[in-house]
Amino acid sequence: MSTQVPPRAASEAATREPHHTPGKESADRRQITQGRSASILLLPTIILLAVVIVYPVVNAIIMSFQKDAGLVNGFFVQGGAAGFDNYTHWLAQQCNGQSCPPGTLGSQFWNAFGTTFFFAIVTVALETVLGFWMAIIMARTFRGRSAVRAAVLVPWAIPTAVTAKLWFFIFAVDGIANSLFGTHILWTGSEWPAKWAIIISDVWKTTPFMALLILAGLQLIPDEVYEAAKVDGASTWQRFTQITLPLVKPALMVAILFRMLDALRMFDLPYIMTQGGNNTTTLSILVVDQIRQGFNSAAALSTITFLVIFIVAFIFVRFLGANAVGAATSAGKK
Amino acid sequence: MAATATLPRTAAAPAPRKRFVWRSVRTYISAAIILLWCLAPFYWMVVTAFRDVGYTFDPTFFFTHVTFDNFKTVFDTSLGNHFAQNLLNSFIVAGVTTVVALVVGVFAAYALARLNFRFKFAVMGFILGASMFPGVALVTPLFQLFTNIGWMGTYQALIIPDISFTLPLTVYTLTSFFREMPWELEEAARIDGCTQGEAFRKVILPLAAPATFTTAILAFIGAWNEFLIASQLSSDATKTVTVAIASFAGSQPHVEPYTAVMAAGTIVTIPLVILVLVFQRKIVAGLTAGAVK
Repeated sequence: MSTQVPPRAASEAATREPHHTPGKESADRRQITQGRSASILLLPTIILLAVVIVYPVVNAIIMSFQKDAGLVNGFFVQGGAAGFDNYTHWLAQQCNGQSCPPGTLGSQFWNAFGTTFFFAIVTVALETVLGFWMAIIMARTFRGRSAVRAAVLVPWAIPTAVTAKLWFFIFAVDGIANSLFGTHILWTGSEWPAKWAIIISDVWKTTPFMALLILAGLQLIPDEVYEAAKVDGASTWQRFTQITLPLVKPALMVAILFRMLDALRMFDLPYIMTQGGNNTTTLSILVVDQIRQGFNSAAALSTITFLVIFIVAFIFVRFLGANAVGAATSAGKK
Repeated sequence: MAATATLPRTAAAPAPRKRFVWRSVRTYISAAIILLWCLAPFYWMVVTAFRDVGYTFDPTFFFTHVTFDNFKTVFDTSLGNHFAQNLLNSFIVAGVTTVVALVVGVFAAYALARLNFRFKFAVMGFILGASMFPGVALVTPLFQLFTNIGWMGTYQALIIPDISFTLPLTVYTLTSFFREMPWELEEAARIDGCTQGEAFRKVILPLAAPATFTTAILAFIGAWNEFLIASQLSSDATKTVTVAIASFAGSQPHVEPYTAVMAAGTIVTIPLVILVLVFQRKIVAGLTAGAVK
């Protein structure tokens, strides 16, 4: 439908049924047969996603309301119904009716929660600013532009596990970061340097993704708009705030939403670089640490993590205008 | 363009040109910074991969003390490394995941891009929601399930969860590619007497091949790079490369074998980087397809 059809002919075709059998009756029948073939074509995907996502999630929610089997006062007890105990265990940091002793996983929830959001907000903010700058440069015409566009894909293509090991090496005590800047920082050995090491690695790895999404948004802005603004005497800064920002906003919001949800489930980088030490345990790491100590409380924690991410996505779509679903489906209605 | 050309030029006529030169110099400096920022760490990995262990922390930027020993260490089974097996595992897991996601996803994407039906919005939302789903929420129930049915350490225990993020991505990318295709040709073929299936197979499928191939690359890279699920649900026999790299053993105990890890990273990364550079344009189109249209 995207070929060069003159606008009038296209709108005429849209009001008529664009097929050689006009008439309301056959259009209705067509809708029904299309609906039938659509459900056949979609069925495998829906079934597969139900098996790989819906079933485990429902299962996790059921598990989260059961007690973990284990030793209580020296006796091995089977699970049984737990009500909301697993949830209060994490949210109120309650272990057997009293507050969890420091060092246990139960005492770490709010720390991990804070760390996760700290990472997400700082990395996404840095990636948005850096990505925007990269996108603006890449949108210009200059020799070697395609080389730059290819180069930004390199960090994106490298597996996060390799990225983690690479930056772990760069940030080693005798590593290149310290020798380049003449510092002797124990990067992964204490809290703030460790957090910044993880943030820098994440920004390196995922800024390209951000830059490409913003670049794609920038390319949808017609040059004429800028020409007109120039003729009207708008300064560079005015053109950026009055034209670029508002017009790129839909693409930008989708990019920020995608990155934000990704950052909230951050696992690989801190797990490999610091094993969650020095207060770099994210919610995902806490879930994985908990699995071997008890499925059911791990299930409660993963459900909480899922809800946190869901709520953030909801807030984004509802209040900040990230129109991800709409963008995907409005094109489909054409 | 025409408007600016007819504007009366004042005495300050050469000024825009000067500004233009300064602007392009700034562009080149910025481009150089981007190149350096993106490629320097990768270059450092490759340099270190070829460096003698004794010079691990040598800060020289060039290829010095070049050796292939690190690559031997990576494949040295006597040190407990099984990198050849890990590579094979990654190929099996990522390959099967990609094929399944593609075969199933193509039909769904066709329906979403081409057909009109009720609940289209809901289905699209469901698939998009699935692609944003936190993998960690799957690990706990699947860990228990696979333990109970004796699937821990099997390939299917890695492939099935990988489909949870590969399939939505595949459907999503293919749908936006399919919307761009000249479907009028299919109509034309039908008027010429083809059935819908024939028209699809003879006209649309060949046209869809490049988009499908691009989507396959994206899905493969996604599955190849997966770590969280593989780190929890694989055994020694099915360990994938990303998990293996995170837990590499060197020739000396308790010493992080940096050079060997960088060699392993290089082996895992170079094919991806080549793939990405060759298909750069298509991959960018695929990555941005769903987000901005």
